[in-house]
Amino acid sequence: MNWPLVPQQLITGILNGGVIGLIALGIVLIYKSSEVFNFAHGHMVMWGAFLTWWFAGAAETGSELLNLPLWAAVMGALAVSVLLGLLIERMALRPMTGQPLLSIILMTLGLAQLLEGLASIAFGVEPKSNFPAPFSPGDVLVIPFPGAFGDAIRLKYTLVVAFGVALLGALLLIWFFNRTRTGLAMRATSENHEVAQSVGINVSRVFALSWALAGMVATLGGVLMAILTGVSLNLATVVLVAFPAILLGGLESLGGAVLGGVLVGLSQALVQAARPIEVRNSAEIAPYILLLIVLIIRPEGLFGQKRIERV
Amino acid sequence: MLRIHNIEVVYSDVILVLRGVSLEVPQGAIVALLGANGAGKSTTLKAVSGLLRSQQGEVTRGSIEFHGERIDRRAPDEIVRMGIVQVLEGRPLFQHLTVEENLLTGALFRKAAPRALRQDLDEVYSYFPRLAEFRHRTAGYLSGGEQQMVVIGRALMAKPRLMLLDEPSLGLAPLLVQSIFQVIRRINQESGVSMLIVEQNANVALQISEHAYVMELGRIVLDGPSAELQENADIKEFYLGLTQVGERKSYREVKHYRRRKRWLG
Ligand SMILES: Nc1ncnc2c1ncn2[C@@H]1O[C@H](COP(=O)(O)OP(=O)(O)O)[C@@H](O)[C@H]1O
Ligand SMILES: [Mg+2]
Repeated sequence: MNWPLVPQQLITGILNGGVIGLIALGIVLIYKSSEVFNFAHGHMVMWGAFLTWWFAGAAETGSELLNLPLWAAVMGALAVSVLLGLLIERMALRPMTGQPLLSIILMTLGLAQLLEGLASIAFGVEPKSNFPAPFSPGDVLVIPFPGAFGDAIRLKYTLVVAFGVALLGALLLIWFFNRTRTGLAMRATSENHEVAQSVGINVSRVFALSWALAGMVATLGGVLMAILTGVSLNLATVVLVAFPAILLGGLESLGGAVLGGVLVGLSQALVQAARPIEVRNSAEIAPYILLLIVLIIRPEGLFGQKRIERV
Repeated sequence: MLRIHNIEVVYSDVILVLRGVSLEVPQGAIVALLGANGAGKSTTLKAVSGLLRSQQGEVTRGSIEFHGERIDRRAPDEIVRMGIVQVLEGRPLFQHLTVEENLLTGALFRKAAPRALRQDLDEVYSYFPRLAEFRHRTAGYLSGGEQQMVVIGRALMAKPRLMLLDEPSLGLAPLLVQSIFQVIRRINQESGVSMLIVEQNANVALQISEHAYVMELGRIVLDGPSAELQENADIKEFYLGLTQVGERKSYREVKHYRRRKRWLG
């Protein structure tokens, strides 16, 4: 271990993890209401980022219609992503009702390809580096920390703000789920569709709503990712770190997804503080190794629901 | 208030399960629907509550009227809104929600104010004092009898005019069956909820109901005032034979139900 690097990596890992957690939340949301594991979520994230970029007029082709400030562009993208979520539910998911779960899950894989194709047509394939960032990359927060590398922890403003927004979004969503009527309808529906129908819950509406919400969460995550790394089609691959976060947290737990995200962020960052270069280069697979260990000890994940078996 | 007129129900476009079923539930009455396993009792209830469709079932002939309005083409949530709520077989509750959350799901569609909800909860707790004690427990860990109380209480939270109960006695000890049926009668009398009760336990069902229908292979084969049916020799034999076979079959039903419950992936 390269100890002086550890405090810095610890904090960076947690901050990065918050954003991963928010993206993981979007997948858990869909899973909770319909047991569908949405492989297209990363592409919804990517679309959210591109839409924001487009609304902000950063396309700079000379023909852009809008030149909105970042916050307004985000609002625009959120609105479109709600429609996108509703559209996906209506056109792709609802016709599949009653089909085997596996077919539906495979369908989301197809959907991912479709979204990728459409994005490349609409926005072009080359990465964009001109996402309207609220801070310049040079804006850093320096926290004195004796013993750390350079006796200080340096944090990019963008990262701190992204973490704050992600955390706020996650808390809002968890509150919504646990404290509102609609949240209760969603939790009930997620447990048993037929019983939910029998108490008068409009199950189709709950599904539509959860896709709309997932669209919003994806967009928010996409914006935060774009602020940190820029916009490109590759943004969709962020789900590769969201997957272990979800499984770590337990598929059904919103709080677990966020915590899983933080653990993933931490494991990646801490591995990068190692001395041997071989270990440092394995940062990408670190979360999966952690995942393997956790799943061996707790197959339902850290906060997943245990099956209740009574006869 | 409820009139089922000569309905035919088909599953998956080919499996004919109900072949001309007619029955009536008058306002304020308790009506029993008896019959062996597989006779089509649950199907009849689901035809009324609209839950058939999610299992590829369809009413292909006849009509169902509630207060003079056709309901056989309506969606389940609309039917609940009209005041009909079904308590499904096997007392399926939301296992991971607490008892109180389970009860509250029953009132979700009403969009009632918090204070009204509080009152409705108290009403349920007055019928089932045990549930008040367990209100914050995870429902999945309750005993069978307590779970039956939760699902009946949840239905009551909908403020229904008609309750469809599917085998509330299934797998419960005799003493518990008696006390559950006592509460059902009280709900009928005090809250004025009409009841259509499906039972294999003909004995208790005939005691509590005014009128009863007997079903066999998708048809009503017999009906009359419950007191008369209790004296009927056929019925005596019918349910004497049933108490033995019934137990085993109903256990299988529970299993079957479990496999089916995640129907809407
Ligand atoms: N979803 C379904 N698809 C096909 N057949 C069904 C379905 N549900 C029930 N059945 C069949 O319909 C018949 C009546 O079932 P049911 O109404 O559950 O009977 P009961 O409640 O009287 O035991 C049975 O033969 C059963 O196998
Ligand atoms: Mg049945």
